[in-house]
Amino acid sequence: MKEVELLVIGSGPAGLCAAISAASSGANVLILERSFRPGGQLIKQTHMFFGSESQYASHRGVDIAGILLKKIEEYGDRIEIMLNATAVGFYEDNVVTVLKDETKYFKVKARSVICATGAYEKFLAFPNNDLPGIYGAGAVQTLMNVYGVRPGDRVLMVGAGNIGVIVSYQLMQAGIEVVAVLDAAPRIGAYLVHASKLARMGVPILTSHTVKEAIGTDCLEAAIVCEVDDRFRPIPGTEKRYDVDVMCISVGLSPLNELLAMRGVAMKYVPQLSGTVPMRTESCETNIPGIFVAGDASGIEEASSAMAEGYLAGLCAAAKLGYEPADFAQRRQEYLDQLANLRSGPVGDRIRAGMKISQL
Amino acid sequence: MFEKTGIASREMVMEKFPPVERINKGPVAVVECYQKIPCNPCQTACPVGAIKIGEDINNIPVRDENLCGGCGVCVARCPGLAIMIVDGSKSAETVEFRIPYEFLPLPEAGETVIGLDRAGQPICKALVRRVMNPPSFDRTPVVTLEVDRKYLYDFRNFRREA
Repeated sequence: MKEVELLVIGSGPAGLCAAISAASSGANVLILERSFRPGGQLIKQTHMFFGSESQYASHRGVDIAGILLKKIEEYGDRIEIMLNATAVGFYEDNVVTVLKDETKYFKVKARSVICATGAYEKFLAFPNNDLPGIYGAGAVQTLMNVYGVRPGDRVLMVGAGNIGVIVSYQLMQAGIEVVAVLDAAPRIGAYLVHASKLARMGVPILTSHTVKEAIGTDCLEAAIVCEVDDRFRPIPGTEKRYDVDVMCISVGLSPLNELLAMRGVAMKYVPQLSGTVPMRTESCETNIPGIFVAGDASGIEEASSAMAEGYLAGLCAAAKLGYEPADFAQRRQEYLDQLANLRSGPVGDRIRAGMKISQL
Repeated sequence: MFEKTGIASREMVMEKFPPVERINKGPVAVVECYQKIPCNPCQTACPVGAIKIGEDINNIPVRDENLCGGCGVCVARCPGLAIMIVDGSKSAETVEFRIPYEFLPLPEAGETVIGLDRAGQPICKALVRRVMNPPSFDRTPVVTLEVDRKYLYDFRNFRREA
């Protein structure tokens, strides 16, 4: 059994920042990453990020992954990243079981754990939603931006949140036609600057619309969409047909944190944070001392907040392990202020409400 | 409507434009940021402090048209590609726009392209004057186009002839 001081599960924005933060205080860190490449969803993000300089705003997500991995290298003697390593179990004695390279199974015992496992995509129920050609937005981004593969020629985007409009824009950059973006909500959920980028390229954004059914025998050939009323009921007679070979579903994310539930961490369903989340302190610590959470695993937000939470969780986890830097209080307050600032506006209303409910 | 379509109304657009007299004096930034979101690279990018957001990162940026010299550093730095430079000092008939354009292949100087409005509809011809894509722009090229003055408040994008 491998023994470590601090185990960070996940190497997305939250996990990488948590590891950097903890190692800079002196802690020894092992990062588990289930993919063959570190960086989580950052490596698929070719657009510039929002936020402020502290969260690398105006840099492209994929480049932010590079910046963070370079910092990780600086602490090479204190941080180990294990790739192709999926945490599959988390037990009472802080033993995490790991599946490595899909063949080896082993145990890690950690004095402290930061769960930065991210999120999973929600899907939509409609007839024939299992036809080839119907993807989640994450899969489309992986094909295009990681592997350089065109997912198809004509795309209907379902979901006008940030991911839906950003992926639509990236599809068009790849030379793929986006026929429309639709969303059942009466208003666009995405930052409107993103929506305007699409609008001025002539892509219609259809709010109060949903998918009625997908049509095709061996693969997707067309989508039938319709309008919905203010209670999300389809309005008969409003059906429209789009001949498309790709439908991209981007209807939101849910926190991925079953490991924490397995460990016995107190969990709560908080709709404002998009699902079941662990209860935690202001310092990202759960009700079990030494077990922390950061990023989308604690509630769906932007990557900027995930990074600030990662830095905060890493700092506090290291301090609990005995690595408390001289400027601990000042740094902790700095990260808390960053988070408060990112969440202070109208788009942060839901997050602030959710944080209140999930606070220990 | 804006929240349903992503297309800003004429009134919203005009509020972001400085007076025509200012545009006629020389280049100036038009910051089409209408929504309070946590973002401030425009403020950080501006070398003369002409764009202010302030303490709360969610504030909508305010551009001082007298301080702004239209250098355009903010254009490629805005993550929302919401900023363009307008310059009416070069001709009485046309106005120059500098807009971000993240698509390949890039147009070439001297090329005539199709001018589009905020809904992506073709409205005019536009003459490409210059294409800037230095490393400091970090893969957000900025294209300078000459457009008939009557499209000052409508022109926002372009596409190359098929």
